[in-house]
Amino acid sequence: MTRRIMGPFNRVEGDLEVELEIESGQVVSAQVSSSLYRGFEQILQGKEPADALVYTPRICGICSVSQSVAAARALAQLSGVTMPTNGDLAINLILANENVADHLTHFYLFFMPDFARETYRNEPWYELIANRFRAQTGSAAREMLAARAQFMHLMGLMAGKWPHSLAIQPGGVSRSIEMQEKARLQAILFGFRRYLESQLFGDSLENIVSLDSADALQAWSVEQPLDRSDFRAFLEVAGELELDQLGQAEDRFMSYGAYQLSGRNSFAQGLWETELEPLDSKLITEDISHSWMGYQTAPKHPFEGVTLPDAEIEQAYSWCKAPRLDGKVVEVGALARQQVDGHPLIRDLVSQSGGNVRNRVIARLLEIARVTLLMESWVREIQPKQPFCDHAAMPQEAQGAGLVEAARGSLGHWIKIRNGRILNYQIVAPTTWNFSPRDAKGQPGALEVALQGAKLRAGEQEPVSVQHIVRSFDPCMVCTVH
Amino acid sequence: MSDQPTLNLLWLQSGGCGGCSLSLLCAEGPDLFTLLESAGINLLWHPSLSEASGSELIELLKSILDGEVRLDLLCLEGSVVCGPNGSGKFHRFAGTDQPMMQWIERLAKVAGHVIAVGSCAAYGGITAAGNNPSESCGLQYDEHEKGGLLGQSFSDESGLPVINIAGCPVHPNWVSETLVQLACGELQRQHLDHVGRPRSYADHLVHHGCPRNEFYEYKASAEKSSDLGCMMEHMGCLGTQAHADCNTRLWNGEGSCLRGGYACINCTAPGFEEPGHPFTETPKIAGIPVGLPTDMPKAWFVALASLAKAATPKRLKENAVADHIRVPPSRKPGEKT
Ligand code: SF4
Ligand code: SF4
Repeated sequence: MTRRIMGPFNRVEGDLEVELEIESGQVVSAQVSSSLYRGFEQILQGKEPADALVYTPRICGICSVSQSVAAARALAQLSGVTMPTNGDLAINLILANENVADHLTHFYLFFMPDFARETYRNEPWYELIANRFRAQTGSAAREMLAARAQFMHLMGLMAGKWPHSLAIQPGGVSRSIEMQEKARLQAILFGFRRYLESQLFGDSLENIVSLDSADALQAWSVEQPLDRSDFRAFLEVAGELELDQLGQAEDRFMSYGAYQLSGRNSFAQGLWETELEPLDSKLITEDISHSWMGYQTAPKHPFEGVTLPDAEIEQAYSWCKAPRLDGKVVEVGALARQQVDGHPLIRDLVSQSGGNVRNRVIARLLEIARVTLLMESWVREIQPKQPFCDHAAMPQEAQGAGLVEAARGSLGHWIKIRNGRILNYQIVAPTTWNFSPRDAKGQPGALEVALQGAKLRAGEQEPVSVQHIVRSFDPCMVCTVH
Repeated sequence: MSDQPTLNLLWLQSGGCGGCSLSLLCAEGPDLFTLLESAGINLLWHPSLSEASGSELIELLKSILDGEVRLDLLCLEGSVVCGPNGSGKFHRFAGTDQPMMQWIERLAKVAGHVIAVGSCAAYGGITAAGNNPSESCGLQYDEHEKGGLLGQSFSDESGLPVINIAGCPVHPNWVSETLVQLACGELQRQHLDHVGRPRSYADHLVHHGCPRNEFYEYKASAEKSSDLGCMMEHMGCLGTQAHADCNTRLWNGEGSCLRGGYACINCTAPGFEEPGHPFTETPKIAGIPVGLPTDMPKAWFVALASLAKAATPKRLKENAVADHIRVPPSRKPGEKT
């Protein structure tokens, strides 16, 4: 048995180190470690509740809006403020803008460049993939960045700036949309659809979202020439490298539900193990037995949780805590969201091969198409001249939770206030779920499980299979440890 | 700029959120990669953009420190994390067992220019808020005080101190323009202001070009978020004091904080993370805002404000506290054009 430490991992957001135990060319055990602590939960103690809207987006520059929405929802629950329909629509659009941009960044800048590595030089698809996706010089990234920047004009218009906007308020948004701006938003989405259909999918968004089974996807794929689109090229690589056999975790999927409109979620909330079950957020706890954290003995619900660092804990190996649902490990992210929501393609893929590298990426790309279509409908529903924000006073004493789906999965903020000030603020981020260390029972986190069984290619020091698995989760380490 | 020699750029991240890099990916006309290539900047490594991982990167850093690879531009994003108790253990550079703080210090000594990208790297920023649990500071400042990791007397071979592209996050063009100026050898000591910020954007006030200026003139003020009026009197806006060109340059093609309907919190300033009052409320004494516009005598401001308030047109008075334009500009019926 040999022990190997991989890190720093790049093309993930923030700092990550993975320790592997390897035997006969295969990973038998893994420990995942986040190596940065900043202490947002400590910073927030004693602040005015509304100041959370300034601090929490700055937990993370990649899902800053998701953090804003979680904070705003927690504050809304505290104050009991309601939201006009325009507020829901605006927040959905801003959040969707960030999520979709995130999925694009992940696919083009973080995930695909690994297939342009030297180790794949002799593969039949290598040249096409390397020209298109090689880090920094591939042709795809420049086209994507230009399209992404144009797409994010929506953010400029509706949220002022990205990242770190203050536009998202407990009762809606600070920025109302006028008639001509609604037209401008439509124009931005037209342009973005054109990019997606010509570069990413090589087909209409409607056709992509109506792929309803593994067979339908397969049939679609063989019809398309390899260089028709980036999705097609990915499917080729995924097939050749059997990415559907790589990186399965426990296949217990959780989603808080996404994109609320008039009290309903556009993507359902729930837990999937063998069938869809309702989600009870009261069963969430965080365990710190293997984290450099002190002052908490048993696992605690976030309302009661404590976050105080202690760099000297013996058995600890990460600044990340270990969240569990009813004591169990769950996986979150686009695949979980689409599985819980019941998209037929994802349900079929998961029933055949479970959660794995290929299916995670397919779910993310599918979601780009689904969400872009939803965005078009939300813009049409905006009613200029109607209110975008309601207001209510903040109480002196209360508690509230804000649950949201960020691009990477379920994000929750739990806040308690006393005498009008923040007494406790706890954050559980998507990557905290996926990249958690072991808990007191010794249960490894989702990535730690997913890495078991990863095979090494001949002569490899830093297995590329491990890189694919890690990045298939699209981790964000700054969120994880905040 | 093809006759320029190539400059090697290394980008590191420590106690930040990655938001400055993400903001930079929003660069337009041209995109980031085209910009770097055209300016003759070779990205040795960037955590989000490079292929090299793990041991390949550590080899690269060693060869920089050994003098085998030239390091022209060192960019740090995120604060320098010194905690707990000055040990730097809160940020160990993954794969190396060493505090990031030490890597940054050693690399800064061999770098042609050292650039702090964002307010965290410049002054400590948001990461240093509250009681600063991570003991974060900037490269050459600890909030307002000079010092930081590299010490107040630090300067690079050309005599420049740390270049503080402050902002939370930075506007992509603040970075790209600074890099292009450096690549052309055009950035000199006098082009940085008193806290090390490039004057190209820091010689402006956020107030310049704010679409709410007409409301400001008449002290027609917003009272709650989503109101259209000026946000200085009640909503905590620091635009009249904040050094940046946010309202003349615009963000994401269309926006700015003020255009987005919320106050400027002066994110380019040292110590902005602890204003000493709720961010979106204006502290006042006897009804008069405590922080008055930069270089305006208080008595004048008070006199002008009460005069302006008396003369506020109905259009501004009503629109200031509405979320849509209620009263459009108009003439009375029969009035000549
Ligand atoms: S809102 Fe702020 S920046 Fe705009 S006019 Fe008022 S004081 Fe100036
Ligand atoms: S308007 Fe003020 S707070 Fe907003 S980005 Fe500019 S300087 Fe920062």
